[in-house]
Amino acid sequence: MSKLFEYAPAPESPSIARLKPHYGIFVDGTFRAGRGEAVKTVNPATEEPLAEVAEASAADVDDAVAAARAASEPWAGLPGSVRAKYLFRIARAIQERARELAVLESLDNGKPIRESRDVDVPTAAAHFFYYAGWADKLGYAGFGPNPRPIGVAGQVIPWNFPLLMAAWKIAPALATGNTVVLKPAETTPLTAITLAEIIAECDLPPGVVNVLPGGPAVGQAIVDHPGVDKIAFTGSTAVGKMIQKSVAASGKRLSLELGGKAANIVFDDAALDQAVEGIVNGIFFNQGHVCCAGSRLLVQESIHDEFVAALHDRLATLRLGDPLDKNTDIGAINSAAQLARIRELADSGVAEGADRWSPECALPERGFWFPPTVFTGVSPATRIAREEIFGPVLSVLTFRTPGEAIEKANNTPYGLSAGIWTEKGSRILWMANRLRAGVVWANTFNRFDPTSPFGGYKESGFGREGGRHGLEAYLAH
Amino acid sequence: MTATLTTGATSPAPLTELARDESALRRFLHGLPGVDQVGAEGRAAGLATRSIKTTSKAWAIDTAIRMVDLTTLEGADTAGKVRSLCAKAMRPDPADPSVPAVAAVCVYPDLVATAVQALRGSGVQIASVATAFPSGRASLPTKLVDVAEAVAAGASEIDMVIDRGAFLAGHYGEVFAEIVAVKQACGNAHLKVILETGELVTLDNVRRASWLALLAGGDFIKTSTGKVSPAATPPVALVMLQAVRDFAARTGQVRGVKLAGGIRTAKEAVRYLVMINEVAGERWLHPQTFRFGASSLLNDLLLQRHKLSTGAYDGPDYVTVD
Repeated sequence: MSKLFEYAPAPESPSIARLKPHYGIFVDGTFRAGRGEAVKTVNPATEEPLAEVAEASAADVDDAVAAARAASEPWAGLPGSVRAKYLFRIARAIQERARELAVLESLDNGKPIRESRDVDVPTAAAHFFYYAGWADKLGYAGFGPNPRPIGVAGQVIPWNFPLLMAAWKIAPALATGNTVVLKPAETTPLTAITLAEIIAECDLPPGVVNVLPGGPAVGQAIVDHPGVDKIAFTGSTAVGKMIQKSVAASGKRLSLELGGKAANIVFDDAALDQAVEGIVNGIFFNQGHVCCAGSRLLVQESIHDEFVAALHDRLATLRLGDPLDKNTDIGAINSAAQLARIRELADSGVAEGADRWSPECALPERGFWFPPTVFTGVSPATRIAREEIFGPVLSVLTFRTPGEAIEKANNTPYGLSAGIWTEKGSRILWMANRLRAGVVWANTFNRFDPTSPFGGYKESGFGREGGRHGLEAYLAH
Repeated sequence: MTATLTTGATSPAPLTELARDESALRRFLHGLPGVDQVGAEGRAAGLATRSIKTTSKAWAIDTAIRMVDLTTLEGADTAGKVRSLCAKAMRPDPADPSVPAVAAVCVYPDLVATAVQALRGSGVQIASVATAFPSGRASLPTKLVDVAEAVAAGASEIDMVIDRGAFLAGHYGEVFAEIVAVKQACGNAHLKVILETGELVTLDNVRRASWLALLAGGDFIKTSTGKVSPAATPPVALVMLQAVRDFAARTGQVRGVKLAGGIRTAKEAVRYLVMINEVAGERWLHPQTFRFGASSLLNDLLLQRHKLSTGAYDGPDYVTVD
């Protein structure tokens, strides 16, 4: 990176987040301390505690489910246009508090403010706007003339997009007339609790949305609760499998959005500069903490060397550091546990004979950090080519023909997303028809739009979120 | 893309091979990687979110001032107008000698002599548009006379326009030959080749025209005449910066980029410096390799510079009208 033109620090002030010393649970329209453990949530960039969260207990789960159950019929009975009014109100309130939410998200999660400000928060608002529009048009969505809600939805979300995942879960559930018990991830509960605050300020009827911060035990209690009609989970494949076992034969509806090991496929006729950008965005966006991250680069062998060289040049300009600095591209890894997992997998890549490369990049002394890393010479038979790393680590593989690209791309237990980079339109369509992935991006990557369905094949889960398809997961049939 | 072939010679054999004849040139230009418009716009927009504050901003503003080609290209230009522009070029802020001089003054050929006289000994270069600027619709001999006269009058930099009609018709050899002839007519003067990207329209065309001009010996590639809208835009600048970057990687020769037309605010100028920094690299953060062709930009740079040092905004009456 240039020494001539250094960018002076341009940090957002942490005070914008309006952090409180204590956070609790939101049940039946009121905030109170949970009766579970009091846990400190830390800033992963500094390891300093941000706030204490009084987590939910099993009894709190009972209360929340009972409140959601009681609210269910009146809420479902409202005209769609009235539910829409609430959703529009929430969307606008998110926009009004966008800066606060962005700073809070970056503090709690470690992601750069550039992303929380430009992606997470605006996309969260967009989901509420989008589903608000559906609330009074459900009869025209293609699920019968008078689709009914399922009832009480238990929703468990991950730490990588804490606010955005809450929006993805809550917005379609409310639009279709369901009530919600949502559990944010243990390491990132703050924006979901603040969203509950927004929801309370929007005068949503008590019990329609309940937010229960907590760990795996709270998640399990929600999943197992007999008063819950539907479970929606986003997270790891291992936990998804446990949930599926738990709800088996319970009559509960289930949708799962799990891990991925997406292939980003670059042909020799691609617009190479933009393909480099797309690869970088595909794997280094949100430190690679993205289930649909393009963690496998499949590049046509004929351009491998020049493409990797261009990728190295580009990575050398990425700026890693303080997530609150507006010029930061790569923030902190969310937790010590996740950092340990990334390190272990990256070390296995070296042990298995791949070439590891990172740009010159000073890591801060405190906090959880991992440099952007590229492995070349990766054999398909290695762990870094097969396992989800969920970190800023790219594995580069090659192919020679479109058929081989398809075979290699599909050769994974996952099937969440894929990317195709070519200037040839017919090849995009040919490839997209053969890729077993729920989302296929062409000449772009990691684009999230509320109008577009998102979800996986195989071990990446089932059910779709977003778009008209996203309504189906919350409608009885 | 960044290639490995680095010869470092002034006219490496492979380049002359590429332009050996019309069909070789066409093969090369059409063999360049395409540019995805959506992706290029996205990258340019992403770079524009960089937040440049305090010391970085001060450095960027002074650097931008040193990169300005202070320009007047009106039918109503007079010797008096050019002299006052030259005075401003040498000392942009009469009240503050710490403000650096601009890179050059840019005028029509018939006013070059006036500028030469006014700028003598200052180090500020004299650029002149030539080759039937802005349309380029004249015969080659006429264009060459235009260039020769400007050079004879003392212009140290010539801003030529390419024949966009020939380029769009696919007559790359013709455009190439014309640039070569103009370069020859320039003698020691630096040649900036105006692509008029607003008339080329697609970014693929911008990339091809950039390489064409670089292969033909242009010292700079320049976006626009300023007479056609759109003029300089961030995606166009991105593609042209990639072209000089890739040309340098391939040949070892560092050529420049000039953005002209429509850049009026310091904020835009700073964003372009960020783009240079992150796309081409710091080798291009110099007036020898990057210019802003502008007239009103300088005043906004001065206003922002003053704001930065005093904390207060001045009104427009605190910078000079040209």
